[in-house]
Amino acid sequence: MDQNFSTIARKTHAGSAIEINKVLRNTYMLLALTLLFSGLTAAISMAMNMPPMTYLISVIGGMVIAMFVLPRFANSTAGIGIVFLVTGLLGFGLGPILTMYASLPNGSNVIMLSLGGTGVIFMGLSAYALATRKDFSFLGGFLMVGFLLVLLASLANIFLAIPAMSLMISAVVIMLMSGFILHDTSRIIHGGETNYILATIGLYMTIFNIFISLLQILGVLGGDD
Amino acid sequence: MDWMKIVTALALVMFIVYLFPRARYMLKNSPKGSSSDWMSFIVPIVVIVLFIMLLVQLV
Repeated sequence: MDQNFSTIARKTHAGSAIEINKVLRNTYMLLALTLLFSGLTAAISMAMNMPPMTYLISVIGGMVIAMFVLPRFANSTAGIGIVFLVTGLLGFGLGPILTMYASLPNGSNVIMLSLGGTGVIFMGLSAYALATRKDFSFLGGFLMVGFLLVLLASLANIFLAIPAMSLMISAVVIMLMSGFILHDTSRIIHGGETNYILATIGLYMTIFNIFISLLQILGVLGGDD
Repeated sequence: MDWMKIVTALALVMFIVYLFPRARYMLKNSPKGSSSDWMSFIVPIVVIVLFIMLLVQLV
């Protein structure tokens, strides 16, 4: 009887491990495809020489779809299409920002370093979470409150327009998004997130925010000489 | 452009209102981390800060 119970428990554990690996594999595959798609829409937006307001419209549109439409379709194949719509919109919005940076002296260097830096941060933190298999669920409340405070500070800075505060916000955003990468990856590993569509959009948002913040930090602090 | 500032501010307010109940729920229901748990978060963050400082030097 004990032996039967132990066999069933082992099989259940193996089954859940296979399920977790499947979610993880699907998440990274969809994430890679959405990042490529974003790159493509950003290139199209740059080629079309879109005006700066494109960024604002695309980000608001993308966020509204991600918050209110995506959760309704997260369990169907239509959800994949919506993820591509959101990430494509966000990529398209990046076009005017990248055009602006590319026109600066040393701008292409800033863009390449931001891109590479974002990749290194994401892969490093993902590898850390996967290798240690630590449970980072304790970070949830701290990260959400931190993010709310950053949003409040950003709201204040729209009217105050203090460059140092803007830089500080970007630095804090990178730290918070790094925490979200650890938190979200550990949630997948420990079976807290079983929907790869929602997992993908969460990780995509962290990468997007790190890239934008790094672009701003390197654009301002880099090349002072 | 002033209207862009207003639209950005409205979008941020909407986002804050949307996230506030989630943040409150997560703050109440997240498990408490031990000091070793917090160290396992702080160490990679410090490494990232150093990495960004390196990137700034490279520009």
